[in-house]
Amino acid sequence: MAIPKGGFFADHVEKGRYGTIFPRTPACYGFSILAKIIAGREEVFYEYARNIEKTIASQPDALAVLKLHYLRWVLFPIKGDTYFMYQGIFDTDFDKYTEDAIALFGATGITTVFENLEGFPKDWKTNAPAFIKFVREHHCPSFLEYGEYPYASAEEIKKALRVKASLSEMLDQMQ
Amino acid sequence: MLEFDDIQHILLTRAPALTGRYEFLSLKDRAGARAWLAAMLDKVPSAKTMRESVSSENRWITLAFTWQGLRALGVDEAALATFPEEFRQGMAARAEMLGDTGANDPAHWIDETASPDLHAIAILFARDAAERGRCELEHRKLVAECKGVEVLSTLDLEATPPFEYAHDHFGYRDRLSQPVIEGSGDEPTPGSGAPLKPGEFILGYPDESGLQQPLPQPEALSRNGSFMAYRRLEEHVGKFRDFLRANGETHEEQELIAAKLMGRWRSGAPLTLAPEKDDPGLGADLQRNNNFNYKQEDPQGYAVPLGSHMRRMNPRDTAANMNRRRMIRRGATYGPHLPEGTPEDGQERGIAAFVICGSLIRQFEFAQNVWVNDRNFHELGNEHDPIIGAQDGTLEFKIPKRPIRRKITGLPAFTTVRGGAYFFLPGLKALRWLAAGATRG
Repeated sequence: MAIPKGGFFADHVEKGRYGTIFPRTPACYGFSILAKIIAGREEVFYEYARNIEKTIASQPDALAVLKLHYLRWVLFPIKGDTYFMYQGIFDTDFDKYTEDAIALFGATGITTVFENLEGFPKDWKTNAPAFIKFVREHHCPSFLEYGEYPYASAEEIKKALRVKASLSEMLDQMQ
Repeated sequence: MLEFDDIQHILLTRAPALTGRYEFLSLKDRAGARAWLAAMLDKVPSAKTMRESVSSENRWITLAFTWQGLRALGVDEAALATFPEEFRQGMAARAEMLGDTGANDPAHWIDETASPDLHAIAILFARDAAERGRCELEHRKLVAECKGVEVLSTLDLEATPPFEYAHDHFGYRDRLSQPVIEGSGDEPTPGSGAPLKPGEFILGYPDESGLQQPLPQPEALSRNGSFMAYRRLEEHVGKFRDFLRANGETHEEQELIAAKLMGRWRSGAPLTLAPEKDDPGLGADLQRNNNFNYKQEDPQGYAVPLGSHMRRMNPRDTAANMNRRRMIRRGATYGPHLPEGTPEDGQERGIAAFVICGSLIRQFEFAQNVWVNDRNFHELGNEHDPIIGAQDGTLEFKIPKRPIRRKITGLPAFTTVRGGAYFFLPGLKALRWLAAGATRG
């Protein structure tokens, strides 16, 4: 799906609680947040990655509330500065569960990396609008998105995998 | 420690009223507005006063203001700018996101609540119609004496028979699941969860995040205040009964359809605990009628459909951070009772209610946007809330059932939004501060 400049279709702009909702595409909803990190903080990001891995290992459904397909975290250089990209593909627009996400970020430590980004609001814990403003201002909308399984939700995919596993088990038991 | 003597009674108590009246006011002259407010001050009980005098009183008054109303009373622009964006914009400006489109669009609202001239509401709950009449007359005299104070619209409230218990015009028992505020002295009924931190509902206290949210300024105005979303919801009783008859052959089947839409039998008995047959004893028993969950007890919605009103408005253990989404509901029914078997008479009747919360965007707007009007709530695909959701005849309602589910297509709108507004509900000291000129010292 080709998306106009700015990330919205002029003839179908949906309002959310915190602003305009970016459109659903064959690759579902998503965001790509790009921001410059505070100089010298790179190691915090790697430590954070290890913490998130531990969190998911001990609690596999820790991020379930976000209705995710994938999350990707990337660090990359531009002219000697380090930038951070946080890209998510999920089944609901970010606007809907944004406070749940903030609560989750606090609980899982995801914000520890955001706190190392330039311009991130220091009062994010009590200032959801400021947090959301930061996310919106640093989101770079796609101009093209593709999905090999268009519009399928993670829940549908998980259900299909469960059916496949059950069928496989049944066939094994019949032998 | 809750400051019971400063918090308006409506936040913490429910008046034993059978009637009432809402008056929506415009305050076009600052001195006149302050004179009106000053005259009303001693008529607005705190939670403390209400509790001490409830048996001897016959009427209970609440005052609240729109953002424009605070300006009309002289709150300065710097202070006004510290109020949350959604309150500053007002309900009508946020209609699309709230699902107030089509027949629910503010352009069709009939009570001037979408007007920027709406500045204040005076809420009266009265023990009986005679007391309401007396108060109405008294207030009319006061308004006539206060320059620039105009009544934009009014709404008389009437309980609908039978009067022994609270219910709406459709016949559903009401007031079964209310959050309890920590420190209020109230005990939650079984299944209603632990008492919640006061900051979820009252400004100036820690909330369920463990933190105290920043207060709108000045604190003299905001402390012990709250936000209120007003909704005037017409109930199309004739259409609702026609729908039940069209979708159920027997009386029992029709009652079951009504229960599936709500999640409770009209008696109040929850389908989780009485899935096959109504149990009026259970419905009336506050120690039992709210004591259930969904994740283990009804994950597929075989008892309570996933898209039913009750499951959307309080998903209990199937939603994250439920403690940050709870709301206090107050209000009453209005319009004449339509007895069973009587054809639709075309008269407006419904519910005129207030949702009270610490954050309109996090609590009320979330419920409207994500629970009530998200087509894909619980992966349902093509549904809105069957009772209060925006319905344009293209949506459906699925009732999980073995061996195959039942799907009702082309669900009609049983309700229409006829008015609505966002108000700030100040504490009593703040009311005095406003009446005295709203000057920052």
